[in-house]
Amino acid sequence: MSDPSTTTTREYLKPPVSEVGVLGWLRSNLFNSWFNSLLTVMVMMVLWQLIPPVVNWAFIDSVWNSPAEACRDIDGACWSVIPQNINFIFFGFFPEGQQWRPGLAMVLLIGLVVYSKNRNHWKKSLGVYWLINLVVMGTLMYGGVFGMPVVETDQWSGLPLTFMLALFGMVAAYPIGVLLALGRQSRLPAIKTLCVVYIEMIRGVPLISLLFMSSVMFPLFLPEGVTIDKVLRAQVAIILFTAAYIAEVVRGGLQAMERGQFEAADSLGLNYNQTMRLIILPQALKIVIPPTVGILLSAFKDTSLVVIIALYDVLKTTKVTLSNPKWTGYSTEAYIFLAILYFICCYSMSSYSRKLEKELHTGR
Amino acid sequence: MNETEKQTTTVPANKPIIEINGMHKWFGDFHVLSDINLHVLPQERIVVCGPSGSGKSTLIRCINRLEEHQRGQIIVNGTELTNDIKNIEKVRAEVGMVFQHFNLFPHLTIVENLTLGPIWVRKTPKKEAEEMAMMYLEKVHIAEQAEKFPGQLSGGQQQRVAIARSLCMKPQMMLFDEPTSALDPEMIKEVLDVMIELAEEGMTMLVVTHEMGFAKSVADRVMFMDEGQIVEQNNPHDFFDNPQHERTKLFLSQIL
Repeated sequence: MSDPSTTTTREYLKPPVSEVGVLGWLRSNLFNSWFNSLLTVMVMMVLWQLIPPVVNWAFIDSVWNSPAEACRDIDGACWSVIPQNINFIFFGFFPEGQQWRPGLAMVLLIGLVVYSKNRNHWKKSLGVYWLINLVVMGTLMYGGVFGMPVVETDQWSGLPLTFMLALFGMVAAYPIGVLLALGRQSRLPAIKTLCVVYIEMIRGVPLISLLFMSSVMFPLFLPEGVTIDKVLRAQVAIILFTAAYIAEVVRGGLQAMERGQFEAADSLGLNYNQTMRLIILPQALKIVIPPTVGILLSAFKDTSLVVIIALYDVLKTTKVTLSNPKWTGYSTEAYIFLAILYFICCYSMSSYSRKLEKELHTGR
Repeated sequence: MNETEKQTTTVPANKPIIEINGMHKWFGDFHVLSDINLHVLPQERIVVCGPSGSGKSTLIRCINRLEEHQRGQIIVNGTELTNDIKNIEKVRAEVGMVFQHFNLFPHLTIVENLTLGPIWVRKTPKKEAEEMAMMYLEKVHIAEQAEKFPGQLSGGQQQRVAIARSLCMKPQMMLFDEPTSALDPEMIKEVLDVMIELAEEGMTMLVVTHEMGFAKSVADRVMFMDEGQIVEQNNPHDFFDNPQHERTKLFLSQIL
């Protein structure tokens, strides 16, 4: 602008003070009309009434880690219910003294999840790591080697059970869902019909009924003496259920692809597998990240339904804790803790998905 | 109409690279192509023109089997197009195609767009494919954009990338389906220039276009299609100055 050689000078002015900064923000967002001003004032009055008691209850009059008796005499929150019972909430009926094993298994699993978040690690080796992790976790939990006593799966409970059902459920359901979606688009009538029937049947029943079937009906069909582990059956039910939903979302993504992309791939001489793997799926799966994450989130939360087949996930172990007479009456505190736990898991999933979308955005 | 009359500087080998005999195609009940007979010799440059809906795009899309024909014969480079998917893939690898809407792969960088075919179809080592890609990007004057994504390029640049992508497959011939129709006017020239350079190097080209200037200066033969038939074909000089058919005259009077 100060360059003398330019003939037309153009001044760049700063916007007026009332439009920027705190004052500007307040004015344009909270007091931009008489109605909004009224609402703002009313909401502030309600908050003024609500916040102090809640803060008092949660932080000031509360106890954080004391025996149950100390909670009787206070008005505030008894957060002690959590640290005092943390072993049972997290690990349930896993034998005392052996609980380092599910603890370590969880650390390994979370470590692998964090490792998988980096897109540079998305290679074939990642699949191998997940398989290794599955074996190592299984060994740690089940025991029977290296001097670790055997712990039957009906004693597996709490957070490790929730995490295992959820994470292995999602990781296995995703590729199956993609295959089902491709199958539903197939030009081979047999494959297409099979996929349609499967998807519609699974989507037609609630997860609870699938879990019931896996625990009650399925064993009836097995020959005598053959049993399949209950946790495994629940896991398979969750995988089958989630896969059907993922399939429909992925199909939406496939249908959003332009014909031109298929034609361009064809005209280069790529075959069907290459076209799908290199051209179509990377784009289609990217389009459907938001609804896919929605399904994965519900799958994660739905794992708590396994209580109905007498598996003790973290929600159930918390409930059991609260049924202990010493700790009855502190369910608010315990459920707030669980809500925070679930929220952390779900929120990190959805924020990761937003980051992934941004990373994969290539300007079109 | 007489192919032997045309005078070209390149001496074509006598065996046609594309041979279409009595080919018909229907879309449902609609008879979109009727009794097409066309022989294209190596290094020939043919421009196909005609009103919209005349079947000219469909015709060139049949040549690499993006569309199926129902009757007659299409032989490309000695391979007849049938339902045999291996044959189709073989033909497609030898025939480059440039689309009206570029159809670059938006999730891949420019250089990845170019190396995809060579690496996966031709099994070229990655490094070699990348060197070749850079060579062709330079040829279409766009090497500095190699690491960008298609969405970050202008239409003209994207179309030049699309041409380079086809060239990376070292095709025996190239099909162009209205390559400049989706471009802003100021970008048409940069794409046509690349196509002219390609023609000068002796590439066999079949071009569907409304750019009559390009047809006049580059084509060995101009073909006019209407209602699914080849109405008239001739060298550009005679085609434009002395059209034989009424429909051709009408079409030319409308666009020139």
